[in-house]
Amino acid sequence: MSNLQVFITLGALALGTLLTRFIPFWFFPEHKPIPKILMRMGDRLPYASLGMLVVYALKDVKVLESSYGLPELLSLITITLIHSWKKDTLLSITGGVFTYLVLVNVVFK
Amino acid sequence: MKLKAFKAAFPITLPVLTGYLFLGIAFGLLMHQSGFPILWTFLSSSVVFAGALQFAGVSILASAFNPLAAFTLAILVNIRHLFYGLSMLTRFKGLGFKKNFVIYMMADEAFSINAAAKIPEGVDSAWFYFFTSLLCYLYWNLASLTGHLVGEFIPSSIVGLDFVLTALFYILFLNQWNVKAHRPYLLVGLFSTLISRLVLGRSNFLLGAMVLIIGLLWIIPDQGVHHE
Repeated sequence: MSNLQVFITLGALALGTLLTRFIPFWFFPEHKPIPKILMRMGDRLPYASLGMLVVYALKDVKVLESSYGLPELLSLITITLIHSWKKDTLLSITGGVFTYLVLVNVVFK
Repeated sequence: MKLKAFKAAFPITLPVLTGYLFLGIAFGLLMHQSGFPILWTFLSSSVVFAGALQFAGVSILASAFNPLAAFTLAILVNIRHLFYGLSMLTRFKGLGFKKNFVIYMMADEAFSINAAAKIPEGVDSAWFYFFTSLLCYLYWNLASLTGHLVGEFIPSSIVGLDFVLTALFYILFLNQWNVKAHRPYLLVGLFSTLISRLVLGRSNFLLGAMVLIIGLLWIIPDQGVHHE
């Protein structure tokens, strides 16, 4: 590709991304009242989206071949334990990631 | 006002910094190894600003010119962002000139920390959202440029540091789990996506999951919390 073609391609990638981020706000601008059913969705979607993101982040975990998703599962359990104990986000992340690193780099290597 | 918002925003972006450092460096290194100039890395990170899509974009940039295919891929890969916008419609009201910027920056990480954030009393929410978004954006750009320039010299023998972002999403999920009224919605998101991933496979599951989520959220009765 020429430089110009690359810029156009990156522009196309950006345009598609921008549409997915802006369309809801264009459809429901601030001065218009938001339909009630959508208010209800808007109250619920943030939490459903978090649930979706957790699975999305784990979409490439291999459950049927080695290491059978065990590093991910054990690390998430570790996070659950640390987090219900201290409720400190950075501590829980550090503990979970450390567990994961040990599991994928040492135990299941 | 700005300083106060920055002080509230900065700590919650630290996990994103860690995750972005690793993923961004990996992206910059991949661009460099594909033989692309650093300008392309810079433009991809600063203009497209969508991690998963930028990785997919590397092979697009290496193949024949087809902007329509690139555009379609961008929509498909990022279709989940529609949910983020719908989630933040009311919370992003009255952000003024910062609004378009905050929406532009709404990748998974900025969205998830903004959606889960309990903004402290007395902190201006517009500036808070502005700073979380700006910081995430700067981290990503810094990391991808670093990866392009010096990625080769960073030892890559340790794998799995990108788990930071998975851990972050999961902890934000756990924090919401403590609010009983949110549990049904968290479960709807979790299981709709899980089932969709198992049934539809790796490349098509998000759209199916989103349809399922909308349907289920539609029919679940109120949890005794009214916002009217």
